[in-house]
Amino acid sequence: MAKLQMQRVSICALKRDRKAVLEKMQKLGVMEVSSIEDEELERLDTQTARQSFDKKTNGIESALTILQTYAPAKTSMFDGLKGKDLIESDEFNPVIEDREEYLSASKKLISLEKEISEKKANISKTENQVEAIQPWLKLDIPMDYKGTQHTRTLIGTMAPLTTLEMVYTFIKEYDDSLDAVEVEIINQDKDATYLCVVCLREEADKVEEALRLNGFARPANPISQIPLAYEEELKADIRSYEKEIEDRISQVKEFESKRKGLKFVSDYYRMRKEKYEVLGTLPQSERTFFISGYIPKREVPKIQKAIGDVYTCIIDIDELGEEEEAPVLLDNSTFPSSVEGVVSSYGLPGKDDVDPSMVTSIFYVIFFGLMLSDAAYGLVVFLACFIVLKKFPRMGIEMRKSIRLFMYCGVSTTVWGVLFGGYFGDLISVVSKVFFNKEIIIKPLWFAPLDNPMKLLIFSMLFGVIHLFVGLGVKGYLCIKNKDIVGFVSDVVFWYMMLIGLILMLLPSQIFVSMSQMNIVFPPAINTLAKGLAIAGALGIFLMSGRSSKNFGLRLALGAYDLYNITGWVSDVLSYSRLLALGLATGVIASVINQMGTMAGKSVLGVIIFIFAFVVGHTFNLGINMLGAYVHTCRLQYVEFFGKFYEGGGRAFRPFTTNTNYVDLKED
Amino acid sequence: MSGLVWALLGAALAVILAGCGSAYGVGVAGQAAAGVVTEDPSKFAKVLLLQLLPGTQGIYGLLVAFITLSKIGLLGGQAADISMTTGLLICAACLPLAIVGLVSAIHQGRTSVASIGIIAKKPDQFGKAMLFPAMVETYAILALLISILAVSAIQV
Repeated sequence: MAKLQMQRVSICALKRDRKAVLEKMQKLGVMEVSSIEDEELERLDTQTARQSFDKKTNGIESALTILQTYAPAKTSMFDGLKGKDLIESDEFNPVIEDREEYLSASKKLISLEKEISEKKANISKTENQVEAIQPWLKLDIPMDYKGTQHTRTLIGTMAPLTTLEMVYTFIKEYDDSLDAVEVEIINQDKDATYLCVVCLREEADKVEEALRLNGFARPANPISQIPLAYEEELKADIRSYEKEIEDRISQVKEFESKRKGLKFVSDYYRMRKEKYEVLGTLPQSERTFFISGYIPKREVPKIQKAIGDVYTCIIDIDELGEEEEAPVLLDNSTFPSSVEGVVSSYGLPGKDDVDPSMVTSIFYVIFFGLMLSDAAYGLVVFLACFIVLKKFPRMGIEMRKSIRLFMYCGVSTTVWGVLFGGYFGDLISVVSKVFFNKEIIIKPLWFAPLDNPMKLLIFSMLFGVIHLFVGLGVKGYLCIKNKDIVGFVSDVVFWYMMLIGLILMLLPSQIFVSMSQMNIVFPPAINTLAKGLAIAGALGIFLMSGRSSKNFGLRLALGAYDLYNITGWVSDVLSYSRLLALGLATGVIASVINQMGTMAGKSVLGVIIFIFAFVVGHTFNLGINMLGAYVHTCRLQYVEFFGKFYEGGGRAFRPFTTNTNYVDLKED
Repeated sequence: MSGLVWALLGAALAVILAGCGSAYGVGVAGQAAAGVVTEDPSKFAKVLLLQLLPGTQGIYGLLVAFITLSKIGLLGGQAADISMTTGLLICAACLPLAIVGLVSAIHQGRTSVASIGIIAKKPDQFGKAMLFPAMVETYAILALLISILAVSAIQV
């Protein structure tokens, strides 16, 4: 349960050691660089170098994408879990020495891809031409054929559905004397009628004019070839483009062996870019340079040893100022650390917060289990997470934490399942009854929620009250830690008094009796005590809550307003009824599935249907209810619990380190 | 016997209304999610979770209907003899979830769409994005609770 304490470290070293010091820092990866502003000192301009590294990384990344497109590496669903490979420097360094070769390989790949896409564009262009020539295929003369000595040939299109008679009529209507005309309709489709008209050379202009007035148009780009031959030519072109594409693809495939090396080089340039980025922020004088930043206190000796003892330099360690917002790095033991992902997606602890991981993790696991509450589901979740954790030891740290959290949640789900008697819902009793004619019922260790929902409702709210009281307690702890005793008494103790008093008053009342069927009778002393506590607490809040205000009237008004927060408490507690609702949902849907599965009765077909319904149905139910349990457990933590004491808004610690995409380098 | 019609109507309404609401909610959220995935397929898992959130009302509807059906004996094959009053009681008990489920699923779907917008722009804010639709669901859960408690409290 801790935020690591940060310190500011400032190092002043000689410029000639600059490269070595920076590389060492990057390898250690324990310091977040945040340099001091100083007008007099110069900074190195690394813009060009950074851009060139960026360009190289991007080039290799596109080369890798191309390689993946044409020569896909086998991927499986679990690749995301594998994490980065651990690479010995013996394997890494030779590749880096040959980096020029890999860069030229990546350029070659990119140019191949460019050629392929050009060819593809050509193919689609040619295909369009083939398409355009289709209506003319029956024409057995070139499309720009002018005619013989005495005749002329007019080739063109008219409106669709034009018939031969119509064409002759058009010509006659224009000039009755035009007789020597031969019209042939070559083709007709929904866009146009395709014509070939032969007429005398002298009358050609008149005929064309006659047709033009009725919508005749010559083709835009007449081809000087017979359409059929032209089509053949185009198709041959397409085939040759296709062949060229295949050739380029096989060339791309030859680079497959370079995939691994390309990844290394990409990471190499990524690291160098990172280094140059830091380098660009460092102030330097003529012979020295300064580097300054945040470092967790416990890592300070490492820096001293690795840099202070090796190079000529001065290392200053300062405590952070009161106002300075330090970056946050959480450090927890195994169990609470698994909930860190949940905490950080709400917001890392801010300056005045404590790390809530410890308390949150306990309640998270308990509530998640209560919402899923099925022993068999819990076991499935636990085993799945356990196997994944064992099988992929190099999984990224964040992912590992989340999966570990679900593993714990699986255990808790099993425990609740045994308490409530859920094993795939009511699978055991249904199966034994339908298939073995003998009903076996496993008794719940505690009680079955569906038989007595009110009881679980009361307990859900009890868990809620405990959860909220712990939250208020943490707030009290914070007040004491900050030596704010007045705040502790008026914001925490008074609330405890009032709430406990109210609860004690509620327990013997009629409402509670009718809800829980439990008749609790307190001795009168406790009843008086309850009233006293509630009134004293309420008075305290009324008087003290607005203490920051100087104006006494306003102070009382603020106090009265704060008293109104009691409704907030009521709704917070009611919100925990979701523990019951979601728990019931799992069980009831599971029994719907079991019932459907066994509907076909005791037969071979029945067993097959049952197995099918079992696998599909329970997978669905587990999935949807895990989602529900995850979302609503988070909600209870974020809204109800964190609302009592936690601000969030801290900034994550981002050390200067080797940020690679594909490989982790093994330390020498 | 006519009570049975009312009881069945209640169960049917729970499934129909809550299911319609969820279908709408998951539908609009799915459209938004598909848009995000066209831009960046790596966000698939996150937007899928957000798309599924308005789907729970439909499941709650199923839940209430199932409890009701087993209460009136329609699942066991032997329908119970239910008076008019009991039938109406059961129907009324189903209504909270039916109506709240419908309305809340629609609104939750819209909130999911907005949250998917958060994921598109700031994928690291998933925790907060998930919270907004979950707030809407609270009321469906409260209605579910009352429906379950009421149905199981009615003596047949």
